[in-house]
Amino acid sequence: MKRRIFLLTLVVILSIVLGACAPTATPTPEEVEETEPVVQETEEEVATEEAAEEEVVVPTEFPREETIYVSGSAWGPASTWNPFQPGSLANTTGTIGFVYEFLFHYNPLSGEMIPWLAESGEWIDDVTYNVALRDGLTWSDGEALTAEDVKFTFDLGLDYAAIWFAPMRDYLTEVVVVDEKNLQFNFEAPLYQEFENNLYNIPIVPKHIWENFSEEEITTGANEKPVGSGAYMYLTHAEDRNIWVRNENWWGIDVFGAPAPRYIVDIRTSSNNVALGMVLKGEIDLSNNFLPGVAELADQGYVDTYYEDAPYMLSANTAVLFLNTTKSPMDDPDFRRALAFAIDVPSIVNVAYAQLVKAANPTGLLPDLEKYVDQAVVDELGYTYDTEQAKQILADAGYVDIDDDGFVETPDGEPIALEVTCPSGWTDWMAAIEVIATSAQAAGINIQNVTPDYGAWNTSMQSGTFDMTLNNWAAMSNTPWTLYNLLFNNPIREQMQSGNFGRYDNQEVFDLVDQLAAVPSSNEEEMMNVLSQIQTTMLTDMPMIPLWYNGLWAQYSSSHWTNWPSENSDVSGMPVTWSGYWQLGGLQMLIDLEPVTAE
Amino acid sequence: MRKYFTRKILIYLLTFFLAVTIDWMIPRFMPGDPITNMLTRFSVNTNAIEVMHDYYTKNFGLDLPVWKQYLSFWSNLFQGDLGISIYLFPKPVTEVIMNAVPYDVALLLPAIVLSWLAGNHFGAFAARSKWLDNTISPLGYILTATPYMWLGILLAWFFGIILGIFPIAGAYSYSLSPTWSWQFVLDVLHHWFLPFVSLFIVQFGGWAIGMRNLIIYELESDYSHYLEALGAPRSLVRKYAFNNAILPQLTGLALQLGVIVAGALVTEVVFSYPGIGYLLLAAIQNQDYFLIQGCFLFIIIGVLLSNFIIDIVYVLFDPRTRKGMTGETA
Repeated sequence: MKRRIFLLTLVVILSIVLGACAPTATPTPEEVEETEPVVQETEEEVATEEAAEEEVVVPTEFPREETIYVSGSAWGPASTWNPFQPGSLANTTGTIGFVYEFLFHYNPLSGEMIPWLAESGEWIDDVTYNVALRDGLTWSDGEALTAEDVKFTFDLGLDYAAIWFAPMRDYLTEVVVVDEKNLQFNFEAPLYQEFENNLYNIPIVPKHIWENFSEEEITTGANEKPVGSGAYMYLTHAEDRNIWVRNENWWGIDVFGAPAPRYIVDIRTSSNNVALGMVLKGEIDLSNNFLPGVAELADQGYVDTYYEDAPYMLSANTAVLFLNTTKSPMDDPDFRRALAFAIDVPSIVNVAYAQLVKAANPTGLLPDLEKYVDQAVVDELGYTYDTEQAKQILADAGYVDIDDDGFVETPDGEPIALEVTCPSGWTDWMAAIEVIATSAQAAGINIQNVTPDYGAWNTSMQSGTFDMTLNNWAAMSNTPWTLYNLLFNNPIREQMQSGNFGRYDNQEVFDLVDQLAAVPSSNEEEMMNVLSQIQTTMLTDMPMIPLWYNGLWAQYSSSHWTNWPSENSDVSGMPVTWSGYWQLGGLQMLIDLEPVTAE
Repeated sequence: MRKYFTRKILIYLLTFFLAVTIDWMIPRFMPGDPITNMLTRFSVNTNAIEVMHDYYTKNFGLDLPVWKQYLSFWSNLFQGDLGISIYLFPKPVTEVIMNAVPYDVALLLPAIVLSWLAGNHFGAFAARSKWLDNTISPLGYILTATPYMWLGILLAWFFGIILGIFPIAGAYSYSLSPTWSWQFVLDVLHHWFLPFVSLFIVQFGGWAIGMRNLIIYELESDYSHYLEALGAPRSLVRKYAFNNAILPQLTGLALQLGVIVAGALVTEVVFSYPGIGYLLLAAIQNQDYFLIQGCFLFIIIGVLLSNFIIDIVYVLFDPRTRKGMTGETA
């Protein structure tokens, strides 16, 4: 008996001891800087040193009026601050945009390129692009940011194949440093559209630090404690949060103004429900999670959204239904066209999304690229939800119900049984493909909705074993080329990893897309000419069906911060914290925010 | 004694080898390609994907023949290297797990041990006392049948949103940074409480019901009746009944340890609490071979170790095993 009690005590003590280990959480970064000022230093120098030190120290508590809490980008613990790393940057959103900056920003709402590190950039002839940097650019360690740094960054892509912008080496021959502030990009048959997109997507890194890195460190290193030039600096992180602190010496304060929040706490929530609860409690100021019931909450005034009424959210990307054109009957343009008429997009918008999204333009282009839509083509060849017309097209093309099971057979008499897929757990898409399946069945096309695991879904999409599936991989962009490069990616390979999953094989369109990439963005007439041809072929052949715009999910509370971007406000930013969107208006939002003063 | 333990240890080693081999194999049977999944989460420029795919496949050693991957997996394992996480590239798996494990241990161990202790004592106490039996047993059945998820959401909703006295997310306030101060320690406990309670309550119900039934069974057995007939006091009879009834509960505890991981997973999701359960879910969804292996390895070691400890404890609790293994007759 005694022994037993001893053992139980042991177990309990063990549990307590192990339990006590918990609060160590993630160790706060140790301050290694020497605090002892050298005696000979002038007072001023001591002061600046102290100021610099103050910034790096992690406060025990972040003052509410100086801190903004955001969520919706990170889905796992932070793992990398390497701006060139594929994969996990969403977990450290701000690595690009806060720490590392770009030559330009882009405002999708106004369609303008905003000079950022660059003061100006212009094509001086067809194959030469000049960039002049701003005065007084500095890295957060005090070094000056010069043309050498920019050249170094672009050269990384020319040197290492594993850098994502390496394909630029096909047309970028050389980056020449003219002087400390000026650079010249020399090209051979440049892809203007891609290059201009890269101008606001390639993060400039400090040469004096990165030149000491090996190839492996550059391509696969975690780059902890990053040194950048931007408005915020890395402060600390834990399993479920990343914390950034304002760079008080940021060069941009004089140009753009200082961002309002001193600290940014980016919270990783494990599910959208948790984020919703925290927004309602006022613990999160801006949530970029997809929360299905937000329309109602916004109507009742619990949260604010960009638009006061439907669709509440800005549009971020186009959900496209890719059809596997190598399989029957998706290889028949008539069948594909009938399907486009059969899908009940209004129900997807109103039921599956409870009005949080907008139906897509048949060309697939986002509302902010509306000027690139050839309306005449859409009027003539566009499609709307119309079950009767879908049936008519099917009947005209020889699809009839032979065996009386309510579903049509192919003109050859083969039964049709198809699957529409999306990854399991993506609840909004799961609801959407259910609508797709039921509305197609109503038109007599036997389609079932199936939700494999993400990995299986991805593999079947890229290896071309799917029937039809949803995809939205074209990011918000300055150019319609981004979307059409996804839709008509070519050539057709065994693995289609970057678009055209349905393996639609039409050299004519491929040439047009390539041609589009090489049109200078200033030449809108030529762009429209090419786009009009692409859109005509797209809507005649219907190799894929753009259905709706996924939203830039954003719900925010004005209890601690105000002056958010919205349709009625005059600020130009976008309410977004996703990785890759800071340069599209996310940072501008932080600059425009105003703290709510306690009164 | 030595023979008993040599045999046990051999069995454990064999189990470990088989479990780890299965752990290595299963993720690789999943359909899909982890590198593709990793690269497609990166959506800036799609043209570079192909080159990068080859680069990273080589980087992770996934281009090697399968048997070579398996051998190097074992040799790395003995050097404490579990590889690099694909999902959380380029963090080493050991680092990912080490950052998450403290939260699990702090949550699970107290929940398991305290619910076992409390549940058993309470169950023994409640057995055969009319009033308690009539109220507690149905409650216990309800509790033990409650899904962790549902109870967790209920607790978070009631105490977090309606009453607002407990936080609903995180391991400590998002406005604090870890320091050794009372404020921080209390804050950690404050955040820890609801997830702990949700695990504790469900398991408590199970143990209490089990113990109650066992005690009733023991009280009906011959030795109890004999003791009663001899005029032994009620408390003494119950003590003997308890000593016998605790043995199956110990075995149950060993089995429970494997199941608890599932409970931890949903608790972590509901309360947005960091830990290995949530990581494992993400790893599986992203086909992160190395992280899946690492998480399961942690679970395997945990289950084997706890079983081993319970084997030893069993020897101390049950004189029959002690006699049996030294070859003596009882």
